[in-house]
Amino acid sequence: MAGTQSTSPVRTVDLKVATVRELNQALHELAEDGAETDWKILNAAGNHALAVGINARCRVEIMGHVGYYCAGMNKYATLTINGNAATGLAENMMSGLVRLRGDASQSAGATGRGGLLVIEGNAAARCGISLKGLDIVVKGSVGHMSAFMAQRGRMVICGDAGSALGDSLYETQLFVKGKVVDLGADCIEKEMRAEHVEAVEALLAKAGINERAQAFRRYGSARKLYHFNIDHADAY
Amino acid sequence: MTTRYPGLIESHLFSRDVIAEIQRAATEGIYDIRGGGAKRYVPHFDDLVFLGASMSRYPLEGYRERCDTNVVLGTRYASRPIELKIPITVAGMSFGALSAQAKEALGRGASAVGTSTTTGDGGMTAEERESSKTLVYQVLPSRYGMNPDDLRRADAIEVVLGQGAKPGGGGMLLGQKISPRVAAMRDLPPNIDQRSACRHPDWTGPDDLEIKLRELREITDWEKPIYIKVGASRTYYDTTLAVKAGADVIVVDGMQGGTAATQNVFIEHVGIPTLAALRQAVEALTELDMHRKVQLIVSGGIRTGADVAKALAMGADAVSIGIAALIALGDNSPGLDDEYQKIGTRAGFYDDWQAGQDPAGITTQNAELAQRLDPVLGGRRLANYLRTLTMEAQIIARACGKSHVHNLEPEDLVALTIEAAAMAGVPLAGTKWIPGHGL
Ligand SMILES: Cc1cc2nc3c(=O)[nH]c(=O)nc-3n(C[C@H](O)[C@H](O)[C@H](O)COP(=O)(O)O)c2cc1C
Repeated sequence: MAGTQSTSPVRTVDLKVATVRELNQALHELAEDGAETDWKILNAAGNHALAVGINARCRVEIMGHVGYYCAGMNKYATLTINGNAATGLAENMMSGLVRLRGDASQSAGATGRGGLLVIEGNAAARCGISLKGLDIVVKGSVGHMSAFMAQRGRMVICGDAGSALGDSLYETQLFVKGKVVDLGADCIEKEMRAEHVEAVEALLAKAGINERAQAFRRYGSARKLYHFNIDHADAY
Repeated sequence: MTTRYPGLIESHLFSRDVIAEIQRAATEGIYDIRGGGAKRYVPHFDDLVFLGASMSRYPLEGYRERCDTNVVLGTRYASRPIELKIPITVAGMSFGALSAQAKEALGRGASAVGTSTTTGDGGMTAEERESSKTLVYQVLPSRYGMNPDDLRRADAIEVVLGQGAKPGGGGMLLGQKISPRVAAMRDLPPNIDQRSACRHPDWTGPDDLEIKLRELREITDWEKPIYIKVGASRTYYDTTLAVKAGADVIVVDGMQGGTAATQNVFIEHVGIPTLAALRQAVEALTELDMHRKVQLIVSGGIRTGADVAKALAMGADAVSIGIAALIALGDNSPGLDDEYQKIGTRAGFYDDWQAGQDPAGITTQNAELAQRLDPVLGGRRLANYLRTLTMEAQIIARACGKSHVHNLEPEDLVALTIEAAAMAGVPLAGTKWIPGHGL
């Protein structure tokens, strides 16, 4: 592929020269059970669908801002993005680690099913929407409707949360250190027990973020919308 | 209205059915949920007839001269378009709504006649992948079970924006059908009443959708056709925007289209008939010079080979079936009438597909009931039915002088009612009049 240097152990792909298609194709050619490889992507320049559908153990460092759906459906890989990300960062990721050094736009980590997503800046609206098992740690704040209909997995938010946090929540656990503008339908504050402090501590450690786990409050589902009940109709 | 009781006059507005529904609502305090599609009359393919060949057209010999039925879907961008032997596909119906055995039977039946089947709101089961030669994988707002391995295992991808039975609505699966396996596939607690999302979580509007499609193409290396499925409402605009977003194939599902579980009020009052939607979709594609380049699949009330032929003549490339496929498997079988009566219904009327008590073992997650459906036998019945539909469509096409069912055209059709003429854009029989087209 044009723009690739493979003499050093790190494969460098310059998107000023190579296309997104060439980059993704090369990443898809890595064997699922192959040895771990290192990649550096230069000039991300807001391109969409960068490093999506990776199915192999590799370390990918991306230089610059990324467009929509960067690291979408990631399996196994560790990605670091040195910039901001547009909509749908790491959507439906399955496993591995995605670390964003900047801010994320809407729907970061949407429907994610496994692994860890670390956002070192802030995340906009709908962070962790429809979450299905992924853990998300946000160093900054998250926008409105975050964790909407979230089903499984955990979210640790070191800053504040926008309005309607956890609306129509299923079993995702939410931990927020700062202020919550308000909670969405069927989302309530719950007791922060020792096991939760431990879980937050472990997630912060994995994310490499220095915060006191005891300072977080826990939110979860009241489970009142699990069965249709006419007396709760005003909550729908 | 006349009644069995001389001298008593039933109200048209407050008919006995309406009265019964008001009484039910007052007792239960909740809307009626059911499966199936719109039950009331709306203009449909029955309101169209073909002009067989005579003096000015040359018919083809039945059963002797060739009348082909194959169709290729996804020729716009996909490097591996799918080729089907017949232009009738099996629509997306979720594992969850249907038993694993029913999904397998659909795969077997479709594969036997060389057509495709489709996953649904609940992910792909191993049984259906195994039994389906060509399998379309749905990407729905809920994203239940969504994963890149199934995406790569699929033969085509269908991004679902809506269904004809409920444009603007999400899915619904009541607690009694959320078995441990269904719950695990959807990452949900078992036994809860589950309402799946009505909006996609990671895009809003056609510009985002274009980027979403590009992501799906990148993940699957531009191999697979991508369909966009819409419930029929603003179909002209939806078709235009789906083309702009980069769809290979557009699926338009009319208001008669089936659902596994939706509020009756939604099924009957939201969306437009298949006939009207189909014409609008073809109009949009033609104006964009994309007719036959972006393929069109139409569903919602397809029952017979005549329906198939009429949909193709109006410009569809293929049709899709839901309810009819379930009936072919054994749904509403008269042999089960005793059991239907035990659950308060009759063979021929059963539509409580949300309840999970299906005596035919199709719309259930109850292991005992589900076992009643033999996937091999069910598959054979579906294949028989699909073959019949195909032969019926061929009979009509030959009578109109066509050597391929796709050569049927609007010019071969006339309408029996003014409404159908206006919706389908074909003349009222015996006239040159197409309402809305001047004289
Ligand atoms: C039992 C059942 C389950 C369905 N599940 C889905 C689904 O999961 N996703 C979807 O897009 N459509 C679903 N549909 C709609 C069908 O895909 C299709 O649009 C419709 O059945 C076509 O109309 P017809 O039933 O009149 O043939 C379902 C329909 C039925 C009857």
